Amino acid sequence: MNKNLQEQVLRMSGVNPLKCMRCGKCSGTCPSYDEMEYHPHQFVYMVEKGEIEKLMASPSIYKCLSCFACVERCPRDVEPAKLVEAIRLAVIRQQGQNHLKAKDIPAMVELDPDLPQQALVTAFRKYTK
Amino acid sequence: MQKIGVFVCWCGSNIAGTVDVQAVSDALAKEPGVVYSTNYQYMCSEAGQNLIKDAIKEYGLTGVVICSCSPRMHEATFRKAVASVGLNPYMLEVANVREQCSWIHKDKAVATEKAIILGRAAIAKVQLNAPLQAGESPVVKRALVIGGGIAGIQTALDIAEAGFDVDIVEKTPTIGGKMAQIDKTFPTLDCASCIVTPKMVDCSQNEKIHIYSYSEVEDVKGFVGNFTVKIKKKARYVDENKCTGCGDCTTKCPMKNVPNEFNLGLDNRRAIYIPFAQAVPKVATIDPNYCNMLKNGKCGVCAKVCSAGAIDYKQQDQFIEEKYGAIVVATGYNPIKLDKFEEFGYALSKDVVTSLELERLMNAAGPTGGTLLRPSDGKHPHTIVFVQCVGSRDTSGCGKPYCSKICCMYTAKHAMLIREKYPDTDVYVFYIDVRTPGKNFDEFYRRAVEQYGVHYIKGMVGKVAPRADGKLMVQASDLLANEQLHIEADLVVLAAAIEPDKSARHLATMLTASMDTNDFFTEAHPKLRPVESPTAGIFLSGVCQGPKDIPETVSQASAAAAKVIGLLVKDKLTTNPCVAHSNELMCNGCSTCERVCPYGAITYIEKEFRMPDRTTQVRRVASVNPAVCQGCGACTVACPSGAMDLNGFSNSQIMAEVDAICQK
Amino acid sequence: MPEVNAYKPKIVAFCCNWCSYAGADLAGTNRLNYPADVKIIRVPCSCRVNPMFILRAFQRGADGVILCGCHPGDCHYTTGNYYARRRMTLLFSMLDYLGIEKERTRVEWVSAAEGAKFAQTMNDFVSTVAALGENKRLEDLRCKE
Repeated sequence: MNKNLQEQVLRMSGVNPLKCMRCGKCSGTCPSYDEMEYHPHQFVYMVEKGEIEKLMASPSIYKCLSCFACVERCPRDVEPAKLVEAIRLAVIRQQGQNHLKAKDIPAMVELDPDLPQQALVTAFRKYTK
Repeated sequence: MQKIGVFVCWCGSNIAGTVDVQAVSDALAKEPGVVYSTNYQYMCSEAGQNLIKDAIKEYGLTGVVICSCSPRMHEATFRKAVASVGLNPYMLEVANVREQCSWIHKDKAVATEKAIILGRAAIAKVQLNAPLQAGESPVVKRALVIGGGIAGIQTALDIAEAGFDVDIVEKTPTIGGKMAQIDKTFPTLDCASCIVTPKMVDCSQNEKIHIYSYSEVEDVKGFVGNFTVKIKKKARYVDENKCTGCGDCTTKCPMKNVPNEFNLGLDNRRAIYIPFAQAVPKVATIDPNYCNMLKNGKCGVCAKVCSAGAIDYKQQDQFIEEKYGAIVVATGYNPIKLDKFEEFGYALSKDVVTSLELERLMNAAGPTGGTLLRPSDGKHPHTIVFVQCVGSRDTSGCGKPYCSKICCMYTAKHAMLIREKYPDTDVYVFYIDVRTPGKNFDEFYRRAVEQYGVHYIKGMVGKVAPRADGKLMVQASDLLANEQLHIEADLVVLAAAIEPDKSARHLATMLTASMDTNDFFTEAHPKLRPVESPTAGIFLSGVCQGPKDIPETVSQASAAAAKVIGLLVKDKLTTNPCVAHSNELMCNGCSTCERVCPYGAITYIEKEFRMPDRTTQVRRVASVNPAVCQGCGACTVACPSGAMDLNGFSNSQIMAEVDAICQK
Repeated sequence: MPEVNAYKPKIVAFCCNWCSYAGADLAGTNRLNYPADVKIIRVPCSCRVNPMFILRAFQRGADGVILCGCHPGDCHYTTGNYYARRRMTLLFSMLDYLGIEKERTRVEWVSAAEGAKFAQTMNDFVSTVAALGENKRLEDLRCKE
């Protein structure tokens, strides 16, 4: 188990996996459940146990649609989708890649003026070292 | 100036071993006001007490200081002793020179010096003591029970059994509550109405019990032993004394489409109705929201068919004022509203029902006559999915943070009954945890699994989607198999969380009884006083205090009754005289004390004062009810003008103690 | 332990009748030592303690004042200790402003079962106050003989 990585994921997501009472409603509600190797409830449990590397290596993190159904329906406010996002970020940051630069953003806005600002911020965070 | 006697106790060698008692009594004899000072081996003994009594008589003492063990030990003993020779018992103070001096110090000089200082502080306090009289207040030998469910019924029956008058106030037209709606009870599976309806009849036939049905508590005044309660008897437009409960009107009324609340809206009743066949009192009630006669003056069918002439369209709400010695709150619960749980499709499909609705669907007196049929098309369901913890243990804000306690057991009961009656059905129960503490409870749940073949699945339903063909698509997780299930269900049953009745909060304000953040009434002590409210004279019975099942409710109801009886058998209550009092001349009417008082003992009155220039002025001043005040003193510190003070622990007394201790 | 002519602080302890005073009694019953410099005043509840009492004690030459009450949530009068806590927070910040060391005042929750905690608290408080020395700032010299 990698304490540093776990710490990083918890800080990035702002999620406290100890709030989980293991009801499984997140996995019951997940539309891409069958596509995933690890399911939303496993994300929460594995982050709690510190098995971040396994999750980072799994294609599951890209199967998550970020539909937030699990966040919406979790009775304990655990927000599993935020964990998935944090693990995706952890992967990207480790790769040390820099796909998106600040100067590219005006062009993207021109392309689609209705693009929500949050999408830009998220993309910038995801694809920037 | 007081004439004070000081009595230093040796307590064998307990005190005398480390405190020079002779030196103490000699030193204290020199204090101002002390006219007599002595020491003796055992002050609490018969001889020691006589020594005190004789000294009071001989020296005409007006105050007594005893340097002995903790006042928590023998203050009452000594107070009794001095009272027996005519001295006011509150003119006595105890200096604790054993537990807080001789027992903790080994050096005799140090202990003796401290004992003298403690004695001095007690003398300084006694100088300012004033005789206090323990007040008495009469007890009205009548109890009020608010709520007529099984909790209220049991409490009322037990109180009546002891020979006291009890009134039950029930807001619906009949007593019986939730238990009357339930089909069977766990874990014995006996029929609920077979055990609750005889109790309802007992209530109506007991001459000590009076039932105010279709009534609400409007206002509560007074205090323990002496409450005055205003009860609103809502107009039911039927004369209770004339109505025979024959039910002719309820079959002839042309308004047929009124949702029947007893069956939770699963079928309809008329505008004039009797909730169910065994209702107590069995009297018809007109629903003013639907009755044509009351709404626009056209109809009058019920009055024509009523052979008893009981219908009275002009009836008005009546207000009754009655005095009570004790009040029992038994307001019960309701399942929560499910509009925040869209994923379960409760609003989308008639075939998604709550557990209480399922009780009615399975009940022989229910809308389907006891045959389990889908509410949408009246067909027999083959696949039934139960969802546990709907809104319970939910900290996201949609539901309730607590466990509703009863759902695990009633779901096992439902699953078992369905499998027994209809073996061709598949029953799935999705659970987070199965909680079955209770006598024969876990055995019951295991029987559902092992004998009846109910599929218990560890996981939660994420989505219920009604399909065009009437099936319900249930998407759920099976955590142990680590897979997602898709079940085509005919009926989905939601174990909705329970919450205290909405009327409870308003009632708590009237009663000055405290509540927790979930609107459950708080008990005076969570372990040792579980059926009393911190407010004296208010008792708690049933789910209004916290989730509980029927056996627990009944035992708490009887416990509350025992506490009420214990109060009502007293002719008078002795009140603690160490209570707050307000100096009306200093009070500026700011209401600060009223807000900090945890007992609602302080009220404000308009009082006429004569001014120095011979005019009169009406001023708003605080008035403390000594029967309700418990003497904590919160108000005395909060009072900005210093008008509030506490008997027995007055500002000047405590200051005098401080001065005596800090003296060189 | 006590040195000859050592400085002896004057400590006033306000104890609520239901928890802390009983805790002090228990300390005695168990023969747990604490310095004789502590003198206890019994009050019905910690909320009975007027900030005036504490100022008066300092004025009359007390070197430290400690207020003991029931644990939060355990108050015999339901909410008294919460009031006490709020009042003392205000008072202590005022004392701080006046230059009274904040170690001279303390609020401590002691239950009726915590005799050992009571004795330990008193030992600790007395040694803290003794280390500060005499309270000179608030003492009213006119009260000195």
